[in-house]
Amino acid sequence: MNIVACVKRVPNTEAVVKVADGGTSLDESGLSYMISFYDELAIEEAVRTKEAHGGEVTVLTLGPSEGTKEIRECLAKGGDRAELLADSNWLSRDCRASAKALAAKLSDLGADVAFMGRVATDRDNAAVGPMVATYLGWACVTDVVSLEIAEDKGTARRETETGIETIEFSLPAVITCNKGLNEPRYSNLKGIMAAKKKPFEESPAELVDNQASVIALTPPSPRAEGRILGTGPDAVPVLIDALRNEAKVI
Amino acid sequence: MGSSISWARGLFWKGNRSPLSPFFGSPWGFLRVFWKSCHWAWAIQPRHHLLRLNPQSDPMDPYQQLDFLALDDQFSEEELMVRDAVRSWCSERFMPLVMEHFEAGTFPMELVGELAELGVFGPTVPEEYGGAGLNSVTYGLICQELERADSGLRSFVSVQGSLVMYPILAYGSQEQKQEWLPRLASGEAIGCFGLTEPDFGSNPGGMLTTAKRDGDDWILNGRKMWITNGTCSQVAIVWARAEEGIRGFIVPTNLKGFSAPEQKHKWSLRASITSELVLEDVRVPNGALMPEAKGLKGPLGCLTQARYGIAWGAVGAAEACFDEALRYSKQRIVFDKPLAAFQLAQKKLADMATDISLAQLMALRLGRLKDEGKFTPHQVSMAKRNNVSMALKTSRTCRDMLGANGISLEYHTGRHMLNMESVVTYEGTHDIHTLALGHELTGIPAYR
Ligand SMILES: Cc1cc2nc3c(=O)[nH]c(=O)nc-3n(C[C@H](O)[C@H](O)[C@H](O)COP(=O)(O)OP(=O)(O)OC[C@H]3O[C@@H](n4cnc5c(N)ncnc54)[C@H](O)[C@@H]3O)c2cc1C
Repeated sequence: MNIVACVKRVPNTEAVVKVADGGTSLDESGLSYMISFYDELAIEEAVRTKEAHGGEVTVLTLGPSEGTKEIRECLAKGGDRAELLADSNWLSRDCRASAKALAAKLSDLGADVAFMGRVATDRDNAAVGPMVATYLGWACVTDVVSLEIAEDKGTARRETETGIETIEFSLPAVITCNKGLNEPRYSNLKGIMAAKKKPFEESPAELVDNQASVIALTPPSPRAEGRILGTGPDAVPVLIDALRNEAKVI
Repeated sequence: MGSSISWARGLFWKGNRSPLSPFFGSPWGFLRVFWKSCHWAWAIQPRHHLLRLNPQSDPMDPYQQLDFLALDDQFSEEELMVRDAVRSWCSERFMPLVMEHFEAGTFPMELVGELAELGVFGPTVPEEYGGAGLNSVTYGLICQELERADSGLRSFVSVQGSLVMYPILAYGSQEQKQEWLPRLASGEAIGCFGLTEPDFGSNPGGMLTTAKRDGDDWILNGRKMWITNGTCSQVAIVWARAEEGIRGFIVPTNLKGFSAPEQKHKWSLRASITSELVLEDVRVPNGALMPEAKGLKGPLGCLTQARYGIAWGAVGAAEACFDEALRYSKQRIVFDKPLAAFQLAQKKLADMATDISLAQLMALRLGRLKDEGKFTPHQVSMAKRNNVSMALKTSRTCRDMLGANGISLEYHTGRHMLNMESVVTYEGTHDIHTLALGHELTGIPAYR
């Protein structure tokens, strides 16, 4: 099976970041990076699919040429080869441009299935997966929490706010992975040593212009100060009243 | 100052993000601002630190290593990948357990399999014997990360790799290497290193343990003290006095006459098992003797390897304390402003950051020399002596900055401070390394 895991290199979520001068992007100086959390699930699922069905896992990323460490980590976790579509502006690329570039490469690679994260933890758009599938005319199942793949089709379970759906889909397909699908493995020292020897190809991304661009980046307004409604049992009716009539949550 | 945004790590890792939350409505939904009405928080917050008052016992805790001199640029991609892999493993798998084990005086043996899978037992051993064939700088980084978690964890790995696998690799026969190295690398066998005796620590050359020939066998008699992992080992490297001088033996611990009672009541290195080794007429075949280890330079060669790892490990312990104290000092309000806003606190932080940075440089230089095959035991003495004493001093200062919380195991600093008292003593005490350096510099031995 020709399996692809699409991963994005994003700013480390443990780091404190600043808005750069100009107010439309992040200050990248001293920023550290990681593979987006949900993309870790995508790698793991791709490797498990290979372990179950045989084949090869290609790690595909749209990102900067220098961002090889995070991609090699995906190889250390079981990817067989990497394809880096070079884009030094990857953090501000819009969903359409990112999806077009990835779709073009997926088509070249002749993938049977592409695993992606349900969302990238930097931009939180949750759009690239479905857009890639649309450009390719492939099946798409989002927010998947369990998955079985057979010859030319698969069954996936997705959990949404409203309930659990079980979906049957045809291959090729784009699967976006949600928390719960698997427990990503740790990379180990032997995997890291082996990753060094795996093929790693870089080519320029086929990019179209952004149709949507960030024009301002501002932190959310500060949380309003809390209000103390009272203390002890006397406060309970006041609290219930506030929850019912002000917050309208009960 | 530009505004700082802290990425809401905890929320998405725990997967409990609510789409209803007004904080996540924006396209940059995972960004969250730690907005403090107090302007101090903005003024003093460097980029790499989250503003949190929580103790670090949360496995999700984002430990941030100080890298003031941008030394990360000096490491290869592979070296950094190994470091980061070990760091995440420690944070996620070991840190949630450390307080409990430290209090109980136990080591989490259930993690031995995972440590082996990670590949930290003898990582520099060639692949044909089950190692990963890594360079010494990578091994140093591994020690740094393990000791950031706890000196007990680093000790476990140091003993297995530098004090058990190393002598077998360096002094053992082909058969011994094949028999033991893969089992030790896979964690199937745990080993210990028996050199110190009740009356001979700094001066192991005076040891009383004996090895006497009896036909084709050897008979071992004596007592070893303070042996890390003794009680939980399947094999012991035992150093004993034979007619021709000090020799090293690979001794399975299930042999008749061998026992390893645990030494209790330690208040340091508690998340590590320490034992006596008692050898009463233990009979081993000649095949247990390591052919290439002759004289005191056998065990000393192992110690050089382990001390090298300690020079890096101490940096990790100091980093852990510094990270905690820096975080804490920015959160803790004393006399109406953060502790970190006082000059006395800032001086401590500035001194510690400088000391840590110097120690990092020394460890790194030593590692590169080792990989070039050029390092000397005296350079290792300098680095072990300096870096451990730096870590001990740093941990004490950090302990002080944490106030009463500094004596609680809910925080990491107090545990590291206690551990450092062992680390400054074992593998050559601070003063013994002073004498070694003095000897090297002057050519005059002053040990006796
Ligand atoms: C937790 C822990 C784990 C250990 N694990 C191991 C292990 O796995 N294997 C092993 O073999 N050993 C182990 N040790 C033992 C350790 O290596 C010894 O404790 C150490 O070498 C010091 O020996 P000692 O305790 O006998 O102290 P001593 O040698 O009695 O030293 C006491 C004091 O005298 C000073 N001193 C000694 N000689 C001189 C001198 N010539 N001039 C001036 N001052 C001097 C020392 O610096 C020290 O301050 C461990 C120790 C600890 C605490």
